[in-house]
Amino acid sequence: MNRKARLSHYALFMLPAVLLLAFFVIYPSVRTIYISFFDEEGHPTLKNYAEVLTSRDTFNPSGFKRGFPLGTLLHNLIWIGIHLPASVILGLLLATLLQNMPGSSFVKSIIFLGMVMPMIVGGVMIRFMFDKNVGVVNLFLQTFGIEPRTWTAYPESALFSLIFGSIWLWTGFSMVLYSAGLETIPKEYYEAAQIDGAGRFRQFIAITVPLLKPITTVVVTMTLLWELKVFDIVYVATMGGPGGASNVLALQMYTYAFREFNFNRSAVVAVIITVSTLAASIPMIKSSLAQE
Amino acid sequence: MKKRKILKIIRITVMWLVALVWILPFLGVFMTAIRPMDEILDGWWNFKVFNPTLENFSKAWTHPTASLAKGTVNSLIVAIPATVIPLLIATMAGYGFSRYDFPSKKLTFVLIILTLALPQQMIAVPVFQLLNAFGLVDRYLGLILIHSAWGIPWITFFMRNFFSTIPRNIEEAARIDGASDFLVFFRIIFPLALPGIASAAALQFTWVWSDFFLALITIYSPEKLLATQRIPLMRGVYHVDWGLLAAGAIMVMIVPLLVYAVLQKQYVKGMVGWSLK
Repeated sequence: MNRKARLSHYALFMLPAVLLLAFFVIYPSVRTIYISFFDEEGHPTLKNYAEVLTSRDTFNPSGFKRGFPLGTLLHNLIWIGIHLPASVILGLLLATLLQNMPGSSFVKSIIFLGMVMPMIVGGVMIRFMFDKNVGVVNLFLQTFGIEPRTWTAYPESALFSLIFGSIWLWTGFSMVLYSAGLETIPKEYYEAAQIDGAGRFRQFIAITVPLLKPITTVVVTMTLLWELKVFDIVYVATMGGPGGASNVLALQMYTYAFREFNFNRSAVVAVIITVSTLAASIPMIKSSLAQE
Repeated sequence: MKKRKILKIIRITVMWLVALVWILPFLGVFMTAIRPMDEILDGWWNFKVFNPTLENFSKAWTHPTASLAKGTVNSLIVAIPATVIPLLIATMAGYGFSRYDFPSKKLTFVLIILTLALPQQMIAVPVFQLLNAFGLVDRYLGLILIHSAWGIPWITFFMRNFFSTIPRNIEEAARIDGASDFLVFFRIIFPLALPGIASAAALQFTWVWSDFFLALITIYSPEKLLATQRIPLMRGVYHVDWGLLAAGAIMVMIVPLLVYAVLQKQYVKGMVGWSLK
C-alpha cells in the first residue's frame, strides 16, 4: 500500500475522535475566549476582564484587615500553598514508609479510597468530619481542650477545613504514583550507598528523591490542576460560604454563568482558570515532548 | 540487630496509626449510616446504646425528592454508553497515532495534553448553548456526548502508549496476507489491547459516574437527576439529617468502590499509565 492510501486509512481511524473533540471541546473553548471579549449587546470590549479582576469576588484586599473572604483568586492560591506541598510530601513519605511492609497493600487501599470515591461524596465527608456534633475532628481537638464547633460554618476556618480535608482525599494519588516509582529503583543503588556508609536519610535524599523526579513532575502537575479546578467538594460542603469565605474560581464561574446568567463574566473566570492550568502543565508538556 | 528490630516496630506502629487516621472518617460515615439519629448526636464513637439499623439506607433509596434508586438507574444509563463510545473511538485514534507518522503528529499530541489540562468550566456555557440549539438540554444523549468527547483525549493518550508496546511485525504479517487496516485492527489489535482497554474502561466509568459538574449544567428535571446530583439535595434545608446523608453517600460511593475492588490492578495501572509514560 502506498503512503497516501495509508494516510487516508489512518485518518479514518482518527476521524470520529476529531469530530467529537471539535464539537464538544475545541469549538466551545474558542467560543468561551470569544465571548469573554464581548459585552451583552455583542460589542467587543475589555470591560468583562476589568469587572471580574476588580471584583471583590475575585480579589478582596479589605479581607486582609477584616478576615475572609479574600477573593477566589487568593483562595485558590492558599489552597495550592498548603495542599500542594502537604499532599506531595506526605505521599512520598507514605510510599517510602509502606514499601515492602507486611499489610501495606491493605493500608494503601485505605489511603487510596479518597481517590476512588466521587468528589461530591468527598465533600460530604469533609463537611461531616468537621461537624460540631458528629465530626471526628472535634473529638480529636477536644482532647486539647478546644471547644467543638462546625469548622466549615465560620469564615475564618471554612477554607482551611476544606483544604485539610482535601489533603486527606488526595494524598492517595501521590502515594500510589510514588509507590510505583519506588519499585523501579534498582536495589543495587542502595546497597552501594550502604557500602559507602550512607545512612537511611542520606540515601533517601541522594538516591530516592532525584530518581523519582519524573514522577514528581507528574504528581505536582496533576495536583496543581486539581487544585485549580476544585469544585465539587466546595459546592457540597460550603457552597463557597459563609459569605464567600471559601469560594473558589470554578464555583465563581458556575455562579456567574448558571445562577446570575452573566455569560460574559463567567467566560472571563473560565479563561483565568484555563490560563493557570495551561501554565501549570508546561513542565509536563516539555518532558513528554523530550521523550518523543 | 536490636536497633533494627525497634525501628521495624516503630515503622509498623506508624503505618497502622496512619491507616487508623485515614479510615476514621469512613468509619464515622458508616457508623452514622447504620445508627438512628439520636444515638449519634453525641458522636458516632459513643457505643453506650447501639442499635444498628438499615433504615437510613431504605430511606435514602426511596427518598421522596431525591430517590437514589432512580438516581442509580439514571447514572448507569449515562455511564455505560459514556464509557463504551469514547473507548471505541479513542482506541481507534490511539492506534492511528501509534502507527502512522503524519506531518502534524507532534502538534496534535500537544493539543491532546492541553485538553487534559482544560477545566470543564471552559466549555460549560458554549456546550450548554450548543445542546440547547439541538434540543438536547435535559436529555441524557447530550450529556453522554459531552462525556464521550471529554474522555477521548486521555484515552487516546493512554491507548497510544499501550499500542507502542505491541510489536508491529504481528500486523505486518497479517497485512502481507492481504488483510485491510480495519480488519487488522478489529481482529488482531483490538483483542491484544484488551488489558489496556480494561484499565481505561475502569477509569472512564468511575469518572463519568462520579461526575457532578457536567450533570449539574445539563440535567435539570428532578426525576432525571443523576446519583451524584441527589447528594446535595439530601442535605436538607434547615438541619442536616446525617444518617440519611451518610447512607446516601455510601450508596453513591459503592459503585466506583466495587469497580476498584474488582479491577484494582487495572485501576491503579490505568491511573499510573495515564499520568506516566
